[in-house]
Amino acid sequence: CKKDLTPKGALTTDQVYANFANYKGVLAKLYSSFALSGQAGPAGNPDISGIDEGFGNYLREYYNMQELTTDEAAIVWNDGTIHSLHNMTWNSGNEFITAMYNRIFYVVALNNEFIRQTTDAKLAGNGITGDNLAKAKQYRAEARFLRALAYWHAIDLFGSVPFVTENDVVGVFFPKQKSRAEIFAYIESELKAAEADMGAPRFEYGRADQAAADMLLAKLYLNAKVYTGTDRSTDAITYAKKVIADGYSLEPNFKNLFLADNNKSNEIIFPITFDGLHTTGYGGITYLIHAPVGGNMKAADFGINGGWAGIRTTKQYVSLFTDNSGNTDKRAVFFTDGQNLEINDEYTFTDGYAIQKFRNVTSTGAVGSDITGNFPDTDFPMFRLADAYLIYAEAVLRGGTGGDLVTALTYVNLVRTRAYGGSATGNITAPQLTLDFILNERGREFLFEMHRRTDLIRFGKFAGGDYIWAWKGGVKAGTSVSTDLNLMPIPSADIVNNPTLKQNPGYK
Amino acid sequence: IKGKVLDETNAPLPGAAVTIDGTTIGATTDGNGSYTITGVKTGNVTVTAKFLGYVALKKVVTVGSTAVEVNFSLKPDNQNLNEVVVVGYGTQKKKDLTGSVTSISAKDFNQGPVTTPEQLITGKVAGVQITSNSGAPGSGSTIRIRGGASLNASNDPLIVIDGIPLANTSISGVSNPLSLINPNDIESYNILKDASATAIYGSRASNGVIIITTKKGKGDKDVHINFDSKTALSKITKEVSVLTADQFRTAVKTQSPGQANLLGTANTDWQSLIYRPAYTYDNNLSITGGIKGVPYRLSIGYLDQDGIVKTDNLKRTTAAFNISHDFLRGSLKVDLNLKGSYTDSHFAAGAIGNAIGFDPTQPVYSNDKTKFGGYFEWLDSSGNPNTLAPRNPVGLLNEQDAQGKGKRGIGTLSLNYVFPFLKELQASATFGGDLSDGDGYTFIPASAASNFTQGGSYSKYFNENYTYNTDYYLKYSKDLKDIKSHVDIQAGYSYQYFSTYFRGSQQYKADKTTPVGTPSLPSWGEYYIESPFARLNYSFNDKYLLTASIRDDRSSRFSDLHRNGYFPSVAFAWRAKEESFLKSVDVLSDLKFRVSYGITGQQDIGTGLSKYFPYLAIYEPSNSAAQYQFGNAFVNTLRSDAYNADIKWEQTATVNAGLDFGFLNGRINGSIDLYNKKTKDLLIFTPIPAGTNLSNYITANIGNLTTKGVDFNINFIAIDSKDINWTLGYNVTLNQRKITNISLTGDPNQTIAVTGIPGGVGNTIGLFKAGQNPGAFYVYQQVYDQNGLPLEGVYVDRNKNGSSVDDKYLYKQSDPKVFMGFNSNFTYKKWNLGFSARANLGNYLYNAQSAANGAYAGVKFAGYLGNLPSSVLQTQFQQYQLYSDYYVENASFLRMDYATLGYTFGTLGKHNLRASFNVSNVFVITKYKGLDPEINGGVDNNFYPRPRVYTLGLNLSL
Repeated sequence: CKKDLTPKGALTTDQVYANFANYKGVLAKLYSSFALSGQAGPAGNPDISGIDEGFGNYLREYYNMQELTTDEAAIVWNDGTIHSLHNMTWNSGNEFITAMYNRIFYVVALNNEFIRQTTDAKLAGNGITGDNLAKAKQYRAEARFLRALAYWHAIDLFGSVPFVTENDVVGVFFPKQKSRAEIFAYIESELKAAEADMGAPRFEYGRADQAAADMLLAKLYLNAKVYTGTDRSTDAITYAKKVIADGYSLEPNFKNLFLADNNKSNEIIFPITFDGLHTTGYGGITYLIHAPVGGNMKAADFGINGGWAGIRTTKQYVSLFTDNSGNTDKRAVFFTDGQNLEINDEYTFTDGYAIQKFRNVTSTGAVGSDITGNFPDTDFPMFRLADAYLIYAEAVLRGGTGGDLVTALTYVNLVRTRAYGGSATGNITAPQLTLDFILNERGREFLFEMHRRTDLIRFGKFAGGDYIWAWKGGVKAGTSVSTDLNLMPIPSADIVNNPTLKQNPGYK
Repeated sequence: IKGKVLDETNAPLPGAAVTIDGTTIGATTDGNGSYTITGVKTGNVTVTAKFLGYVALKKVVTVGSTAVEVNFSLKPDNQNLNEVVVVGYGTQKKKDLTGSVTSISAKDFNQGPVTTPEQLITGKVAGVQITSNSGAPGSGSTIRIRGGASLNASNDPLIVIDGIPLANTSISGVSNPLSLINPNDIESYNILKDASATAIYGSRASNGVIIITTKKGKGDKDVHINFDSKTALSKITKEVSVLTADQFRTAVKTQSPGQANLLGTANTDWQSLIYRPAYTYDNNLSITGGIKGVPYRLSIGYLDQDGIVKTDNLKRTTAAFNISHDFLRGSLKVDLNLKGSYTDSHFAAGAIGNAIGFDPTQPVYSNDKTKFGGYFEWLDSSGNPNTLAPRNPVGLLNEQDAQGKGKRGIGTLSLNYVFPFLKELQASATFGGDLSDGDGYTFIPASAASNFTQGGSYSKYFNENYTYNTDYYLKYSKDLKDIKSHVDIQAGYSYQYFSTYFRGSQQYKADKTTPVGTPSLPSWGEYYIESPFARLNYSFNDKYLLTASIRDDRSSRFSDLHRNGYFPSVAFAWRAKEESFLKSVDVLSDLKFRVSYGITGQQDIGTGLSKYFPYLAIYEPSNSAAQYQFGNAFVNTLRSDAYNADIKWEQTATVNAGLDFGFLNGRINGSIDLYNKKTKDLLIFTPIPAGTNLSNYITANIGNLTTKGVDFNINFIAIDSKDINWTLGYNVTLNQRKITNISLTGDPNQTIAVTGIPGGVGNTIGLFKAGQNPGAFYVYQQVYDQNGLPLEGVYVDRNKNGSSVDDKYLYKQSDPKVFMGFNSNFTYKKWNLGFSARANLGNYLYNAQSAANGAYAGVKFAGYLGNLPSSVLQTQFQQYQLYSDYYVENASFLRMDYATLGYTFGTLGKHNLRASFNVSNVFVITKYKGLDPEINGGVDNNFYPRPRVYTLGLNLSL
């Protein structure tokens, strides 16, 4: 009987972990699984299947979940059931929700594998010692952070989900669900346990550091009441304060946060990085820059070869601004030439104001590195300092202790002064600092930054009828929808594959 | 000359023809079988007696002045039954077969401009469906024997050429690897359909086996030269129906008045501008003969075929050489076959969809000759080509230079040794190799609109495939007269090794030096299958036949634990005609019943690391365009790939019951087979519970599929007389596939979306589901108004829950329920008239051409206009209704594949000249509204039209 063949152009698991030089490559994959669709940029060797490779990108689906479902974004295209997201008519068969779910568990499984292969015993067995051992432990802590981040997205979107850790072997089995609160507790304990081994803030760009872990904890606690029923605003303040104390500073020019050289900004706490030559794909920042460009917008102004004429916003979002020209509040990044404020036809790009926020040009006007104009250099700021300021303010308003309203107002006005180009004309006074103001301010500050759905749910304005926007519920004027929609359905595909799973209320 | 013509039982044969060779003199026998011929010149003459179904007999007679008596005793012509059929690892007489095997020899091949081998037998074999993939030169075909037994794993049959099982891989720069074999070199096809016939090929045989034997030398001293030349003209028969320029102007003005300013004043039929009448020249020269008794054959072919899409061209040079020799006083037979080919293709750009969708009111050329090659293009507000708009199809064709070159060499050396001291024992060894490589480039100038932003494009590619095959066997044959038995016992070993390599490639700007993007990584693939096998043939009293075989395959695709797969078969046949009670029934010349059962396997899940090593935990590196940034450095990533340690063989158990019959000495003959194939442990690329593996899909042995059917064929010699011969053939197949399970847990609600469609990324039209045909369409049920026109967006609420959103259903299927072939060949003296036709029934096609573009939304995209299919005039759809069953159309058809007229000028000395005129793709009768009802996969989108071809052929034998 002939022997096993050995694959050319790949390594076996044993070969990988026997040589420390490989560890960084595995770590890079853990990060890139948020940014890219697979092992061949821009496409060709996908991580997950069952959906178009570019669509199945983590950040692209996270955008679809967090933005298309809200007042901030509506999409024109005819891709499968994509319109059901903005219309809030999705069901458990929705392929975009399914892809998000699969992406989350892909990240979990990938990190589980690395964590499994880098236990103290395995590292010792592979002869990893000294400086390499310290680095390996740090990589492992970062993997725990990335897994916690994915699990946070999981409970935020889906509630109770199947739970797998490094203790489960790779194979085919039926993982049991854990409750939202149980996984919340797991994320919390993982982040706290990992933090000690993580790098100091800003030790290396692109890597998750202690500030990233603290920021994730702050965001977790801010939403704790939604996840567990228990308010944890005090903890949110604690961790927001830790982040604020870590030496980040607001980017003086708001627009620079979204340009091809935003990696230079001292405001970004945790980015998902992209590069026009080295980190390329059809999801992530490529989607975020190409999809909103259409109509009379000039692709060249965005440093790309052409827009995809896909995404624009609702008039309800526009109304968050008293001046939508962008002359006072620089965050009003609307493109109105040839665009109607009203979305009369969901399939027409020129219905609804277009958005000009992310671009593939640098702060000095240079176009990104990819000469084809396909793939931008711009990084996605997943966590940035302004968010920490607003978390602090909101948690104080929600009654958390350890912070105070004066500091809260100061932080909010720091954000607003920057938004007004350094002018204090947009600053607010203490009575104006209300929870409703915070929600609207977050809308203005974080348009397209993938916080919106979570924010609206925390404020009770996502599902239900408290806040209505164009085409919510599938009608032009918008209508109330079932509050069951505050949770996404567990995809029917996984219900079929894993008979132990229980569907969320209101879904089949 | 006078006498009698008698049959093998000495009964008179009335109506037999007796002729004097080289003259027109002759006679026909009377009711007593007697004949008389007068007026014969004295001297030696040759007299021939002929009767249908009997072997003609010649006698040399010396004629004097008195009557000479010449009697003939004719023997039945059992040529059909004594015909030797090639089976796996050997040959068998047709009468001894227990399995379902169809043999097609060169005389029955399809006529006309056949440029790739599989087209020789399209429509000829019951149970075998051959569908050409497009009308492009050298394009491949999809071959399905009894529908295919797999879902995700390959459904292609195993093809064996002169003893080498071919790899099922494509070659870069070659549109179809089979097209590298010259059809003119092929002597015969043998198609193995049931498990009794195929199980000896084990794991590669679930979808049937096609054995191709090439022509060999004859061994006489004379040198025979044959020159065959064909010239063909191909013309498009139909264009996709789209709005005319005037209809389009009206549509834009009424539906999208804001865009009316974009309309042009031209009237351009874009489709007519990309197609052309195309010529094909195919010349073949063969030389056969024997050098000192050693037979050889040498052939050279040259094909130059233009596609009907402008700039499309294939040039192919082929050479084949065969030599055989007996050594050691005939006990060692050596057979060497060498084939080589070289193709040079020029590929047309993908202009078909652009021609269908381009605004007919725009001119071909713009006023600005300096930009984009002077072609009219849709521009964005920066003056650059609008990347969302269609590109000018004429510009696409003329500005792309895409060439591919393919080389393939196939060689086999066969040795067969009969032991002189034990004649019953023979040893056989075959060594074969198949080496192919393909390379090419695509160049687009900087001025071209299609790659304008990056400054044109230049990229090269290279790919090499290598297959090595050896097999050895010992065969012992013994007549056991005492017990009226004959036994063949055969045991052997086969080793097949497959290797493929793709060089990494880099794209450049049109300057060919500035890199664009990052290079792709090279990739390698290899696997082997090694297999001991054994077979027993036993016959008793020449009436009862038993065949049993077993093969033990070991594929490197599976782990040590699951590597072995055992594939047994057993079959029994009863030659009922040999029974005494039927022997005297003269009208019945053959009757044989066959039953077989066997298991075949499947391991061909595709190419790529995860397919060659699906069981192994491996880490795969990224290319340099999928790195990740840490600090200022970009790090190549390593991905732990999903794997399935438990992956194993897919198995198909086939039951076949068949009947072969012949009447009137084989004048009417045929067979009917009923089959039932049950595939278990299907190798499916399947979704798995989230979080359990390193992707959301793995290839796993999940699910069951059944295929049931009947295939029937009949041949009929309608007329066989001195001047007229007319033969007819008909075959029909009823075939139905059904998925019985595709879930890990047996959950009938498991679904897997399949078959992508245009009109939105990631949209699919098919759905695998238990209880359903794998080719069913997953659509909404359209509601129609009182005039029978579809109501936009209104679908039947099938589950009556107040909404139709969740009411997609599985509707119809893409594979035919019934398919049939019909052919006729009529000869009158030197004239010959033949045709072949095929019909498919119950097959449906999703008209994506209409669905994806059939709405007025198409004229509302900002900044450009795109033409609409004519169906929009009927539907009046504003938005695309991709999933309406309105677009699932009945694509049943009757197609006349060819009609041919030939004339043989007859012998000019030893020479023979024949001329023929052939029309192929003569007509298609169908209700289908699109271009062509016969499209693989069930989705009609931008199909390269099959042209009608007029061919003039000349064949000269020297």
